[in-house]
Amino acid sequence: MLMVNLRCLIVAICLVGLVAPAWSVAVDTPLADPSLEARARAIHKQLRCLVCQNQSIEDSNSSLARDLRILVRDRVTAGDSDAAAIDFVVDRYGDWVLLRPPMKWGTAILWLGPALFLILALTLIVFWYRRRQGPDAAIGAPLNANEKAQLRALLDDGDHT
Amino acid sequence: MNEPGLEQRSSRNWLGLLPLAVVLIIGGFLFAGLSLQPKEIPSVLIGKAVPEFDLPALPNRPKGLKTGDLKGQISLVNVFASWCVSCRAEHPLFMKLSTHGVVPVHGLNYKDEGPAAIGWLRRYGDPYDRVGHDLKGRVGIDWGVYGVPETFLVDAEGRIVCKHIGPVMARDLEEKLLPAIHALRQGDTAQC
Repeated sequence: MLMVNLRCLIVAICLVGLVAPAWSVAVDTPLADPSLEARARAIHKQLRCLVCQNQSIEDSNSSLARDLRILVRDRVTAGDSDAAAIDFVVDRYGDWVLLRPPMKWGTAILWLGPALFLILALTLIVFWYRRRQGPDAAIGAPLNANEKAQLRALLDDGDHT
Repeated sequence: MNEPGLEQRSSRNWLGLLPLAVVLIIGGFLFAGLSLQPKEIPSVLIGKAVPEFDLPALPNRPKGLKTGDLKGQISLVNVFASWCVSCRAEHPLFMKLSTHGVVPVHGLNYKDEGPAAIGWLRRYGDPYDRVGHDLKGRVGIDWGVYGVPETFLVDAEGRIVCKHIGPVMARDLEEKLLPAIHALRQGDTAQC
């Protein structure tokens, strides 16, 4: 009798495990109008999830991301342009939510940084290359009196050993 | 040009310092990164009027919360939920603030079932003057809420002065919120 109960329990636990994913993923209801839904989806991809930070709200499973997806769908349905819907979210959470940060004074280094580093690297390479050429060019030049004396001293040294 | 050897040596010395310079620059960035809080996203609402909202009260509890309620006196608005574990950590502090009458504390009950929220307040105490029930979390979004708990300091004109993200601990209260409240009462501009 106990054995049967135990079996029932194990089966029950396994069944609960099977339905668990259904709780964790809350499926969105897409908008009836496919063109509006496509616009909302495109906006979702541009907005950064505040909870999981490096995911877009399109990709995130967090409940805030879901709320924001619904919010964007509502804005688009209410007749907002894409820019207006994005601004609506930016007004509340700041530029931080934009996966593509806008070009501003504060973000200039973000946008121009890679180009600046490239220019810096190229400048250094040219600079070093020229530097190396300097001494190489001196190799062909005739020795001055001082160098001739040093060379002679060295060669004489070699004779003694 | 007379001493090419010497010039070459000084340029080598300069090159020798380059790895050290690179290490120092990268190290500087990494060191600065240690004290950054990437989980804390600065609010864009600081200095702005609180958003327009009108939330109903929790079931069997008087006084909901709306924009107009936050004008006339300095107050704290605490975003909480019964499902939020770290809300329990900060709760005793709000109880103290409320029993000593330091500053009115209003609650924004975020994405919570009414009975669960009421049960939670009954169990751990109810420090709030007014509590708005934000079942859908829409008003929370208007406030820029992205995690619970969050606490806003609102001045007498109904402007958001500062936002604390995460549970308010004794130190946050003593070093940040209370000095800011004091400054506001003196008529100074508060920073936190």
